[in-house]
Amino acid sequence: MIEFKNVGLVYPNGTEGLKNINVKINDGEFVVIVGLSGAGKSTFIRSINRLVTPTSGSLLVDSEDILTYKGKNLRKLRTKVGMIFQNYNLVKRTNVFKNVLAGRLGHTGTLRSIFNLYSKEDKALAYGNLNRVNIAEKLYNRADELSGGQQQRVSIARVLTQKPKYILADEPVASLDPPTSHQVMTYLRKINKEDNITTIVNLHFIDMAMEYADRIIGMRAGEVVFDGPVSEVTEKTFEEIYGRSIREDDLRGGAQE
Amino acid sequence: MTNKNSLTQKSMSLYPAKTKMQVTIIFFVVLGIYIFSMYKTQEQMVGGFSGALGNMYVVIEKFFPPNFAILSAIWNSMLETIKMAIIATSIAGILTVPLAVLSAQNITTFKPLYYLTRTLLNLLRTIPDLVLAVIFVGLFGVGIFPGILALTVFSLGILAKLISETIESVDMNPLEAMRASGGNVFQVIWYSLVPQVAPQFTSLVLYVFEINIRASVVLGMVGAGGIGLVLNQQLKFYNYPNAMTIIIVIFATVLIIEFISNKLREALL
Ligand SMILES: Nc1ncnc2c1ncn2[C@@H]1O[C@H](COP(=O)(O)OP(=O)(O)OP(=O)(O)O)[C@@H](O)[C@H]1O
Ligand SMILES: [Mg+2]
Repeated sequence: MIEFKNVGLVYPNGTEGLKNINVKINDGEFVVIVGLSGAGKSTFIRSINRLVTPTSGSLLVDSEDILTYKGKNLRKLRTKVGMIFQNYNLVKRTNVFKNVLAGRLGHTGTLRSIFNLYSKEDKALAYGNLNRVNIAEKLYNRADELSGGQQQRVSIARVLTQKPKYILADEPVASLDPPTSHQVMTYLRKINKEDNITTIVNLHFIDMAMEYADRIIGMRAGEVVFDGPVSEVTEKTFEEIYGRSIREDDLRGGAQE
Repeated sequence: MTNKNSLTQKSMSLYPAKTKMQVTIIFFVVLGIYIFSMYKTQEQMVGGFSGALGNMYVVIEKFFPPNFAILSAIWNSMLETIKMAIIATSIAGILTVPLAVLSAQNITTFKPLYYLTRTLLNLLRTIPDLVLAVIFVGLFGVGIFPGILALTVFSLGILAKLISETIESVDMNPLEAMRASGGNVFQVIWYSLVPQVAPQFTSLVLYVFEINIRASVVLGMVGAGGIGLVLNQQLKFYNYPNAMTIIIVIFATVLIIEFISNKLREALL
């Protein structure tokens, strides 16, 4: 369980990224965060694995306050909380298999990982996860030889190889075309249900949020302005979150029928 | 409101007025220095070229024909020079890794450490290689060892600077991903930084190796071993045909090494 208690974050330049956030995310949920650009979605998500550090309040992951974590504790938290990025963040000159095995870094000693001494189980795990996202045939291709959608699938395999309890995804489909976006979201959703991994995704497409989320959190100017199950959400809700009427470009389109 | 109007009316400039002013001042200062130094050198160069042409004939007459009989005797010294360059480049190549990482702003976020290594490297680079050689020859006596030391320090200065700049230009996204998956500093560097800089690194090391071959000839002349030492002796004894052979051998060696290293670098990038 993840629990934000009066969490606030002020960036060094004075910008308030988060303002008094109180949110509880239960195990196994698929939560989508929506909000306009600059609303604080990335700041929210990146607080959970401490890529940014909130400046007030407390943030509990499995009932431990992670805001005090340093060094080893922090790395342990990060092995438990996997992350997927908008730009896939693969090492472009390295092959797919090694990119996926990098998901084991947090579980592997420094020397073992430097000399590529991964156990048979780790390799089998990595290969199995590539299979799960249907990209195993690209095993020895360099990451930069893959399309955007394929790279994002590799990054999903990488995060799975980490065996996380939580997955954070910061705009995972913002650089993809509509059909590929749906494919990636379908994988994320499937993994969430099959492995019971709590998943938090930032999206700015309303239709996608409605299609994949169990629960939607709306943010505006660093504050949570809506939080509820997807069944309670209407177009009106989005208009309130966005503070304006819904437009064509708030929709991804191309939903799979 | 009025402010907005006046901006649109004056046809907005692309740069703030302050930046424009600074750039203009810098431009004129540089231009001034340039003109001044041109004027000064002209004064001293009067008669320079005509004199050189006359000397040329004398020089050529003395140096030719080269004495190829000594080829087998100088071969060892040439090898010694190449060895010096190889050893110095290798040591510098290894030492440069931590220094380059520590002086890259995007990796070493702890400012005092970054400034410390930066300053150290800057200091290192201000010492000319010849001065280094003179100092080390003074300390350790004539021979190949002070030569290697001087070359190592000299190439470390260049390499660490160039490589830290390569590091500063890498894509930070994969580094963030490795950090987010729980990797420690060494794992993050090995998995996401090394693959990105490895081709550039190898290419720069080869480039510095080329520089070192040439530099070690010059260093030899102040007593730091290798072919430069022999060349210096021959010149001192006014044995110009011998010296000419040495110069030709150096010339050929440098060309061959540059050719090989260029081919290798092309294959890498
Ligand atoms: N490193 C930083 N330093 C200073 N301010 C920042 C930093 N990162 C984000 N901000 C500011 O914090 C606020 C929230 O940013 P955040 O990136 O969380 O928004 P977002 O909802 O993810 O937007 P987007 O949809 O554009 O990604 C913005 O006003 C942004 O300018
Ligand atoms: Mg964002």
